[in-house]
Amino acid sequence: MRFGVVVFPGTWSDRDCGWVVDQVLGGELRYLWHKDADLKDCDCVILPGGFSYGDYLRTGAIARFAPVMEKIGEFADRGGLVWGICNGFQILCEAGLLPGALIRNASLEFRCQWTDLVVERTDLAFTSKCNDREVIRLPISHGEGNYFADPATLSRLEQNGQVVFRYSDPTGRVTPASNPNGSLHNIAGIVNTRGNVLGMMPHPERCSEPELGGTDGLKLFRSVAEHSLKVLAS
Amino acid sequence: MIARVIVTPKPVVNDPQGITVKQGLASLGFREVSDVRVGKYIEVHLDSSNEHEARQRVEAMCRQLLANHVIEDFRFEIVKESRK
Repeated sequence: MRFGVVVFPGTWSDRDCGWVVDQVLGGELRYLWHKDADLKDCDCVILPGGFSYGDYLRTGAIARFAPVMEKIGEFADRGGLVWGICNGFQILCEAGLLPGALIRNASLEFRCQWTDLVVERTDLAFTSKCNDREVIRLPISHGEGNYFADPATLSRLEQNGQVVFRYSDPTGRVTPASNPNGSLHNIAGIVNTRGNVLGMMPHPERCSEPELGGTDGLKLFRSVAEHSLKVLAS
Repeated sequence: MIARVIVTPKPVVNDPQGITVKQGLASLGFREVSDVRVGKYIEVHLDSSNEHEARQRVEAMCRQLLANHVIEDFRFEIVKESRK
């Protein structure tokens, strides 16, 4: 299993993602520089968190022109696994690989806190190690994580079951109080219709070891690793 | 030529910045303020002599990069550069 972690100028979670892949999961790791037009035969490409290109114009707006993004688009078209976390989610929306947009948090505050998420899809490469409607605990760390889509797009997402994670209370109830940023329908993560491109605001790489207060994030990394073994075996 | 581009959040998009600024104005005594929307002003200098063509190019710039059609509206005017 080979993970590629993309590094843009201003990316800040690349080493955290790399650490989990390399040191915790024991997977193969390649960093992919934004100027590389080569994905180095990776099975899963991670777009990590941070402030690519200083968040100039809009979050993720400039990153989409990087040479590596063209290759990621082609990789996604072929069914390759693309996983956008935080700024990575914002980039995937700007690049048109996922619908909608992430706007300023309703509170106008940068939110750095633990969140509970109910997992609504467990048939995906990214979530197969989670139980159906399991509540997982991951931290968020963003100023622009407020998911927005027009009503038609939103209802299409719901009808297709494309919402993967929703902010909830610890029992899995989706309430306004458990929404940290104003996201419509408490959306914390969505997937494309094919199921191979995931975008999420919370940070699984920051809770994949007990020392960091939780290991729920590792379930997602393990899911991807197991998925790729299955693909190899089939 | 200069294109003066104004990008604003769509009416259906909640604009927390606008709401906060409106509250600020109200607390300063500007009670007549009924709504505030915060957007962006972008100046694009163009090497172009044909205004019609420039207009089409700026429209394309807005659609492809300057505004995100999911959340933002844009409008612009083209003015002749008076001084450099």
